Amino acid sequence: MAEKMQLNEVEVWDGNMSASQALRQAQIDVVAAYPITPSTPVVENYGNFLANGYIDGEFIMVESEHAAMSGCVGAAAAGGRVATATSSQGFALMVEVLYQASGMRLPIVLAVVNRALAAPLNVNGDHSDMYLGRDSGWVQLDAFNSQQAYDLTLMAFRIGEDYNVRLPVMVHQDGFITSHTAQNVNPLSDDEAYEFIGDYKKVNPMLDLAKPVTYGVQTEEDWHFEHKARQHHDLMTKIFGVTQDVFDAFEEKTGRKYNLVEEYFMDDAEVAIVALGSTVETAEMVARKMREEGIKAGIVAPRMIRPWPHEQIKKALSKVKAIACLDRSSPNGALGMLYNEVTASLYQGDNRPIISNYIYGLGGRDFTIEHITDIFKELDANAKEGKLTTPLQQFIGLRGPKLSFY
Amino acid sequence: MKYLGWDELLPGAILFSFDEELDKDPAEILPEDRPYAETNSHEAYVGDWRVLKPVYNRDLCIDCQFCWVYCPDVSIISRDKKMIGVDYDHCKGCGVCVEVCPTNPKSLLMFEERIDNDEALAQWPEKQ
Repeated sequence: MAEKMQLNEVEVWDGNMSASQALRQAQIDVVAAYPITPSTPVVENYGNFLANGYIDGEFIMVESEHAAMSGCVGAAAAGGRVATATSSQGFALMVEVLYQASGMRLPIVLAVVNRALAAPLNVNGDHSDMYLGRDSGWVQLDAFNSQQAYDLTLMAFRIGEDYNVRLPVMVHQDGFITSHTAQNVNPLSDDEAYEFIGDYKKVNPMLDLAKPVTYGVQTEEDWHFEHKARQHHDLMTKIFGVTQDVFDAFEEKTGRKYNLVEEYFMDDAEVAIVALGSTVETAEMVARKMREEGIKAGIVAPRMIRPWPHEQIKKALSKVKAIACLDRSSPNGALGMLYNEVTASLYQGDNRPIISNYIYGLGGRDFTIEHITDIFKELDANAKEGKLTTPLQQFIGLRGPKLSFY
Repeated sequence: MKYLGWDELLPGAILFSFDEELDKDPAEILPEDRPYAETNSHEAYVGDWRVLKPVYNRDLCIDCQFCWVYCPDVSIISRDKKMIGVDYDHCKGCGVCVEVCPTNPKSLLMFEERIDNDEALAQWPEKQ
């Protein structure tokens, strides 16, 4: 039996350690991981816990990230609680198997430290890998700081393993800004955390020899469409309710409140930034300052990226006059993901705000208070004019001549 | 087979091998006695994937089981270590069984699909 770890009421953990500790407390049966960069610290810490007697489960070191997720798929189909961690290029290599995991409805938890994708080679943070996963059929939750990385990783097990969900869940955090920055974190005790997640409930495990089962059967044009439709239906209709229930239960236990879409100063906001990750906290600070200057600024931050919380986004932005959607991933020939999703959601509502798109922070480029201040001022101008006063898509924090489109 | 709608499918693209729960390891139940589900590949005819077929000659066979061991698709039928024949519903005609057969002449040979098995046995080559 694994030893329990005595934790302080307040620990100083970076985002990696927060994810590692949540994985440890979940009492996972199998972690299959490729323990070199880019997933290093999350599984390195986990390996350390194992070596020191804090973990009972198996830790399988494999030859690649593709193999890591493959090992997770096998172990989850066999009937175990399973998780792993990755980032960047490793995430990219995992992509093929991400679709296998979700198609087989295996509630694997994946801790993702969001980092750039090469070329050019870069180890710093942006949202390219997170965006790459958005059609893979996983539930994607986004943490904006270390505490949230811990909380959401714990909650991810309960969400994914819910009988009505049975889908894999990614918990994202920003590379370096969150993953390597030590912050105060309030953890649960080992007993409380495990009690919150509960024992793993097997559903149709392959190791039930009395009832042999094949996962991910071969289908062609006569069956494939129905299976994909079933998965999409469950993503669209079942996740939101279950996730909100888990968020509510977590709030009751810890006092920390989570929403499918987080809102800051949105009660009377006239202009709003829609953003993800650590940017949200910087934007919150700037919004406070803008309000002193008379600009009614607010922030809307999707806690869940997939499935896309269409109704909640529509509601959160139902009163603003101008919106900036901030994408930290190069759309490579389109408008940014957040712009497209937010615009599509709002098109179904009554509010018709001016919406613009900013590409920022690629490859770990700093995104500063000044940048966000400029954006809020541009939004204020848009709101006052009632039309776009800037190009539709702008690159911000980029050297050289100003780059913008449309 | 009934075509199910999307809302009738089991999540995970899963299929159970058998219609009922087994009370022992399926390896201990002969294939003909296993309660295969309709969706099990055992129930699917794929014999028409074949261009050439292996024909089995009982008179020459020494029951070494090489063909049974090497067949990649479990299409050699053997009971109590006695070779019985080829499962033509599932054999794809790869010819591995013929390749590994150690007798002289071979006890398994490939023939064109259109040739009747009795006709094939009448054309069997002599010992070399």
